[in-house]
Order: sequence, then C-alpha cells, then structure tokens
Amino acid sequence: MRKTFRNRGFLPGFGITMGYSIVYLSLLVLIPLSVLFLKASTMSWQQFADTILDGRVLASIRVSILSSFFAAIVNAVFGVLVAWVLARYQFVGKRIIDGIVDLPFALPTAVGGIALTSIYAENGWVGQYLAEWGIKVAYTPIGIWVALTFIGLPFVVRTVQPVLQDWDLQMEEAAATLGATRWSTFIRVILPHLMPAVITGFALAFARALGEYGSVVFISGNMPLKTEIVPLLIMTKLEQFDYAGATAIATVMLVISFVMLLVINYLQWRINKFDAAR
Amino acid sequence: MWKTPSAIQTFWKRFGIVAIAAAIGGCSQATTTGGESKPAETASVVELLNVSYDPTREFYQDVNKEFAAEWKEKTGQTVTIKQSHGGSGKQSRSVIDGLEADVVTLALAYDIDAIAERGLIPPEWQKKLTENSSPYTSTIVFLVRKGNPKQIKDWDDLIKPGVSVITPNPKTSGGARWNYLAAWGYALEKNNGDQAKAKEFVTSLFKNVPVLDSGARGSTTTFVERGIGDVLIAWENEAYLAVNELGKDKFEIVNPSLSILAEPPVTVVDKYVDKHKTRDVAEAYLQFLYSKKGQELAAKHYYRPRDKEVLKAHTPAFPEIKLFTIDELFGGWTKAQKDHFADQGIFDQIYKP
Repeated sequence: MRKTFRNRGFLPGFGITMGYSIVYLSLLVLIPLSVLFLKASTMSWQQFADTILDGRVLASIRVSILSSFFAAIVNAVFGVLVAWVLARYQFVGKRIIDGIVDLPFALPTAVGGIALTSIYAENGWVGQYLAEWGIKVAYTPIGIWVALTFIGLPFVVRTVQPVLQDWDLQMEEAAATLGATRWSTFIRVILPHLMPAVITGFALAFARALGEYGSVVFISGNMPLKTEIVPLLIMTKLEQFDYAGATAIATVMLVISFVMLLVINYLQWRINKFDAAR
Repeated sequence: MWKTPSAIQTFWKRFGIVAIAAAIGGCSQATTTGGESKPAETASVVELLNVSYDPTREFYQDVNKEFAAEWKEKTGQTVTIKQSHGGSGKQSRSVIDGLEADVVTLALAYDIDAIAERGLIPPEWQKKLTENSSPYTSTIVFLVRKGNPKQIKDWDDLIKPGVSVITPNPKTSGGARWNYLAAWGYALEKNNGDQAKAKEFVTSLFKNVPVLDSGARGSTTTFVERGIGDVLIAWENEAYLAVNELGKDKFEIVNPSLSILAEPPVTVVDKYVDKHKTRDVAEAYLQFLYSKKGQELAAKHYYRPRDKEVLKAHTPAFPEIKLFTIDELFGGWTKAQKDHFADQGIFDQIYKP
C-alpha cells in the first residue's frame, strides 16, 4: 500500500493531508453520526420498530420523500434552464441574477419560509390570485413543495453551470454541419453530457430537502398525517425528551438518504461509463 | 531540508491516530477543564445566565436592569445577566445538554422536571419558592377580530361548525399545552368530570384548527399577519401584546367564563450556581421577581402578578376569570403530559386516521 501511495504522489504531503482529512471528517461527520446510531441502539428492536412503523411517522416519511422528490425534479428541469441562460447569454443584470441563485444558500431558511408563507398565504401577493382559482398553497402539501423547491434550486444550477461554461461549442457546430436540428443537438449531444451534473444536482437537492426543517414549518401548517414532515416529528419527540425515539427516526432518514446517494452515484458511474464507451 | 520523508509521514500518521483517539475519548467524558472560577462573593463583577422561553424577552430585559441597579446598591457588586430565549422544551434540553444556566424561567413545570430528572436540580424544586415557584401567572384567553364577527364568547363557540380556530401544536409548543388543557378543563367542568365528553369536545375543537404552528409566536403571526382563522387561543400576555403592538382597531380580547391558571415556573439550577459560585446572587434575582418592583414589571408586561395589591392596582387590565389549576384537574404536569401529549396519548388519538 505504502508503495503505491509514494509512486502516485506528485505532490508532497500525502500523510499530512490524509491525516487531516480523517480527523476533520471524524470530528465533524463520522463521530456525530455514529453517536446517532449509538443513541438509537439503546432501544430494543421492538421499540425501534414501534417508533418507526407508527402511522404518523410513516405518513410523514411519505410526505417528506414525495415532496422532496418532486421539488428536486422541478429543480432539475428549471435549474438547467437557469444555468443555460447564465452560461450562454450576455444580458444586463446577469451578475445580479447569478447572485440571486445563491440566496437560498445564504438566507436562514426560516426567513425564506416566512417570506414564502406571507406571499402564498390566502391574503398574500400571489396567494390571493391562486385562491380565486381554488388553489391553496400555504398550509398544504403544495406549500411544502414550494419551500423545498426554493431551498434546492442552487444545487442544480451550481453543478450544471460550470459544465455548460466549459462546453466546447465545436461539438454543436459539428452536429449542425452534419445536419442535426437544434433540438436534436440539444437532446442527443448536449444533454447526455450534462446528465451527470444534473443527476448530482438532483441528488443534492433531494437530500437537502429531506432534512429541511426551518422553512417548511412555517408554510406547511403541520397538520398530523397531512402536512407533517419528518424533521418536525423528530422535534416533537425531542419536546417529550424522547431522545431515543428522535434518533430512531433520524437514523431511518439517514439510511434512506445514504442509500439514495449510493444509488445515484451508481447511476452516474453507469452514465459516465456509457459516455466514455461511445 | 527533510532528509527522511517517511519519518514525517509516520509522525503525521501517528498524530492522526492520536487526534482521533483524543476526539473519541473526549466524547465519552464530560469536559472538566477550565480554570478555578473565582468565588462570586468576592469578585466585583458577576455574571448570570437566565435561560427562558420566547415571549419573556422584553420582560426580563426590564427585570435585569432594575435588579442590577438594586444589587449594586446593596452589595457594590456589578451583575450582568445574560438572557437566552427559545421554545421552552428546547431551552430545557439545552440546559440538560450542558448550557450552564444559573436560573431557568420556563413555560411549564414539566420542562424543569426534565432537568431535575437529570440531577441538576433537586426533585422537590417547585417547593423552594413560594406560590409553586411561579412569581407571575397568566391565563388562556381568546383573540378575535374587531367587532367579533363570529360572536365568540366562550369555549362552546369554538366547536361550532364554520369557526376557524388558531392554536399552536401541543406536541411542539409548551405554551400550546396550556391552551389544550384549558379547553379540556372547561369541558370537564361543564360535563361534571366526564372524561369521554371532554375528549369529544377537544376533538371537535381541533377539527376546527386549519393550521398547527410549531410555536405560540408562529400562531400569533398566522392569525394576525396572514389573516387566517376567526379566533386565536393565546396566553393573556401574548393577546395583550398583539392588541397593543399590532392594532387596537383590528383585534379584541374575549375572556372565557372559565380558564386555566398558567404558572410559568422559575428556579435556580443548583449544579451550575454551585459551580459558578453564584448562588447568592441567583437566589436574590429570583426573589426580586416576587418583590413589589418585580411584580410591577410583570404586570407591565401583562403577566398577572401574584401580589394582591399590585394585581388590584392593575385591574381592570386583568379582569377576573374563574381559573382552575393543573394540579386540581390533571394531577400535575407529569401526569398531564403522560396522559395527553405523550406518543399514543389523547392528543395523538384525536388525529388518528
């Protein structure tokens, strides 16, 4: 092992950086997460199963996963659009729009949630017009989806944008000289190349949305079985000083997120292989 | 310069292992480092941390100023009091997890009981100060829109079809538990102690709730700013705050015929005052809340003072409402929590599919 390390090392300091990385990751990620598992393991399997299979918990898992999924899908489509506009066109105020994309990152999510609620409530700027059509956004699952779309947007834009910026225009020119329409150039040349970045952005937005609490509690209305998200149930367990119950739910969500990221990594690996084979 | 790079590598590898081991070791034992703290009695400057819940921020800002002045005069010592605010349950967890509060002033006894359960406070803490360790009280009232368009006068009006009621979620908000128990207590009294009838009443009340905010302030915002609901069930002090800050021309307060005596308790956290050597000043701080001055400040912030004279001076701001206590009707907080708000408790059954 040591030999391979030394042979491959162009840059000095592998030992330092590796040691640092491990300590850093351990302190910030691995140890806190393993404490989570330890805490959950104070329960018996029966207690664990009872906590997880409770109707309300299952309903909230469903709400969380579905709304996160749809939010990530919408972000994948419209994030690409935004990234495309930012990468391809010059226009007045481009830098400002570029900056706006990052706002959901920078803003405390509670602020975003309160702002969205005041806009989409029935007496809000947008909400009052939607109400005329009989569409309720705030305090319904649609509201949750809006909040999760909001916090997930930068993930797709920021992963796709650099790929588009580095994109070699000659490929499109070649496609055009071979008689491809603009649409088929996009579908058959550009999109496959973008896919890994889009999928990464999708996965990040999805995983982020699963854990989102701050913005959703304000807009969801928190009705049991209907608009309760998983993080809220974790909070209710903590409010009863039921640390084990809270960590049990958290553990399940952690496992779901992890499996999902693994699957997506696998998909990406397949796509890359496919791309390289062509 | 470095003749043997492998030696450095080994060093860092070892360093990494030591660091990880130290990190893991550090997790398993409580942090006991830190210099010997100077006894506060002799120091000229002393600091207290008051861990409280959300709506008391302005009240304690006033209290702290007055108390610091009084303490300086009495002892020559300068006391600065830091405040921490948040949901009552969350604040209690922070103290359990190591936030070194000298005093806690929370929304319900249950949250302090949880701290006592971890041994930071003796179990009989609530007997240490007079009046159940609650220097000021409040009650649950209704806030309605100006002119009271739905003619809401009492609890019975809240279960009428077509009336939309706003209250926070008792599962996440300590304050909301008082609201819920107030409704339950009313139904119990009205139906001669019939628990089944009370459950029916509260169930139909929550059928009229379109939004369950996670905290009391959130509910106030939903009602006041978003214009949702016909009535807000709120603490009396929150209701007054909403009316006075947000518009006397928009809202009015309705007092139900019967409500609950909300007793937000205070206590010294023995473990930390002993560690900080701040017991004297912390106890004096809580005693100050019972003094005439402290009671006046409580009244100013719409908490009902315990002091009869101060209370009298502020009537009719505090109209007389028939009040019951949680001990009378529910057998104390621990039992009420277990029966009503624990998982699979009565509140959960209300929302069973």
